[in-house]
Amino acid sequence: MAPTTLFEKVWEPHVVVPEADDAPGVMYVDLHLVHEVTSPQAFTQLAERRLNVRRPESTFATMDHSTPTLPPDAQGVVPYVTAAARRQVEQLSKNCAQYGIRLLDMDSDERGIIHVVAPEQGIVRPGMTIVCGDSHTSTHGAFGALAFGIGTTEVGHVLATQCLLQRKPKTMRVTVNGAAPRGVAAKDIVLAIIAKIGIAGGTGSVIEYAGSAITALSMEERMTVCNMSIEAGARAGLIAPDQVTFDWLKNRIEASPSEFAQMVDTWRKLTTDDGARFDSEIVIDAATLSPMVTYGTAPDAGVGINDTVPEPSTQAERNALAYMQVASGALIKGTKVDNVFIGSCTNGRLSDLQAAAEVLRGYKVKSGLRMLVVPGSWEVRREAEALGLDRVFLEAGAEWRLPGCSMCIAMNGDFTDPGELTVSTSNRNFEGRQGRQARTVLASPASAAAAAIEGVVADPRPYLEAAFAEMEA
Amino acid sequence: MDKFETLTSKTVVLREENIDTDQIIPARFLTTTSREGLGKQAFYDWRYESDGTPKVGSTLDQVNTDSHKILIAGRNFGCGSSREHAPWALTDFGFRVVISSEIADIFRSNALKNGLVSIVVEHEAHQWLMDHPDTDVTVDLENNTVRFGNHECHFDVDPFAKECLIKGVDQLGFLQSQMDKIEKFEAKRS
Repeated sequence: MAPTTLFEKVWEPHVVVPEADDAPGVMYVDLHLVHEVTSPQAFTQLAERRLNVRRPESTFATMDHSTPTLPPDAQGVVPYVTAAARRQVEQLSKNCAQYGIRLLDMDSDERGIIHVVAPEQGIVRPGMTIVCGDSHTSTHGAFGALAFGIGTTEVGHVLATQCLLQRKPKTMRVTVNGAAPRGVAAKDIVLAIIAKIGIAGGTGSVIEYAGSAITALSMEERMTVCNMSIEAGARAGLIAPDQVTFDWLKNRIEASPSEFAQMVDTWRKLTTDDGARFDSEIVIDAATLSPMVTYGTAPDAGVGINDTVPEPSTQAERNALAYMQVASGALIKGTKVDNVFIGSCTNGRLSDLQAAAEVLRGYKVKSGLRMLVVPGSWEVRREAEALGLDRVFLEAGAEWRLPGCSMCIAMNGDFTDPGELTVSTSNRNFEGRQGRQARTVLASPASAAAAAIEGVVADPRPYLEAAFAEMEA
Repeated sequence: MDKFETLTSKTVVLREENIDTDQIIPARFLTTTSREGLGKQAFYDWRYESDGTPKVGSTLDQVNTDSHKILIAGRNFGCGSSREHAPWALTDFGFRVVISSEIADIFRSNALKNGLVSIVVEHEAHQWLMDHPDTDVTVDLENNTVRFGNHECHFDVDPFAKECLIKGVDQLGFLQSQMDKIEKFEAKRS
């Protein structure tokens, strides 16, 4: 048999009807994730056609985008940013009740960002096909699942038929060899990958991440890498499942030891065969990487913390530098920072909060700077509190919020004032993404924490070295 | 969905590259539960100041979409978020066609499901269109052809999406017609 890629091994078993010249194929969806922003119009479409949700048991919903991160007031009133936001959340609640879809509602102590809670629930598994009306669905590729974002019309298609019309995408492999230096986080690796591929370099492709620097990553770090695949234009990102994956899933799946062992036997086959061909290949040496920061208004505009902003070559790049108020030839390091945001489906998990707290411990947030720490889920929040991380953040002067997408997409009332610069652990630095005329520098949680201490874009490594030295002493 | 066969209209040019869907419709407008009426919010932050007054010199506010239904945009149009609100906003604003040298995957898929014909042309044709705003362009979907000035160029479009656009039907009907195969597939797996 010809050697095949991991992507093909996940794709082929889900083909219900193969594609033809004049018609796309029909692809079966194992898990459909739903949130309040991209689903209401799909449910309306369903109702208009008197259709039912075909597989409610394969559908899972939560609230995250429009939800406030401040607690209810003394009367129990949830502080929605607008009545429309409240109505949207209530609409999902109604829709889920009507069609029998499991929902982590506003009162659930398991609720959180869809791409944080779905893995926590143990419902994301290797070899699955997973879709959601959300481009960061690529996160779940970290488990060796084919996971990608779809539009609302397609959300309706999946609700009605549990299938999608698809043409087979191209494949790309990004191999990150060697070991990342100390102080270089998963976020830095993926920002470096995107800087190399470009914002549209992955268009039409599914990326498989491979190499020793990828297999060395924890499950949460792998989710950070796969999460940002879309920022290089790719449909999805994939990492072959291995012992790291199985160990992570073991605590989250209800199965007898023998049942779980059987699952693992199946999952172990999900690897790319030697000699399998990709449509394109990129190789990166991890040893050359350093903490990354973005300087422009697209996620591929990233440089190492000690590198200068490159000379713009297009009008778009000149506009981006003008918008960001940065000059080519200068360092981003040292730029004044107004806000720090730690959270999102990219970097809102426990290890992200730990990395930030490790830097921040014993320091204060720079006077005048606002720092928002938003755990990705209630589970993350509880675990962080059990470790005392909330104390570290609060004592430093940061705000410790309730779970949600928050300032990553800034549609719940958490936004920055015009012109302000935010060092953010989220995924997009587009113009206005975090508020009108907001300027965003994307970075890792450790880099964001270092910026909070210094009040300027900063290198986290001196703080991390100090923490290492203390641990070793 | 309105049928789309051939359209001749004038062009509006947005030269910016990498116009992401947050520009096409900012996230704060996504709390809607409807797909109607989003044209007001299309490119909102490009068209309006913070206090809601129209920006002086905004290309889009001088546009009459009765005569200008074709948007020419810089490369990699529609990147970023998967929000279908982006094509909903553009069609409600009055556009029927977007032409670029590169269009992001999810946006393109969403656009074609909403009667917004999204077309990728080769670099040279794209450059000409970018340099000649307010030009009459004919989009002949049946023949996969765009005509402008003395030029004519071919474009690729998924044949199935094209048939749906020409007939003015959505894609769900086709998917539902495959239901017996879907049921067999499920039975075989379980």
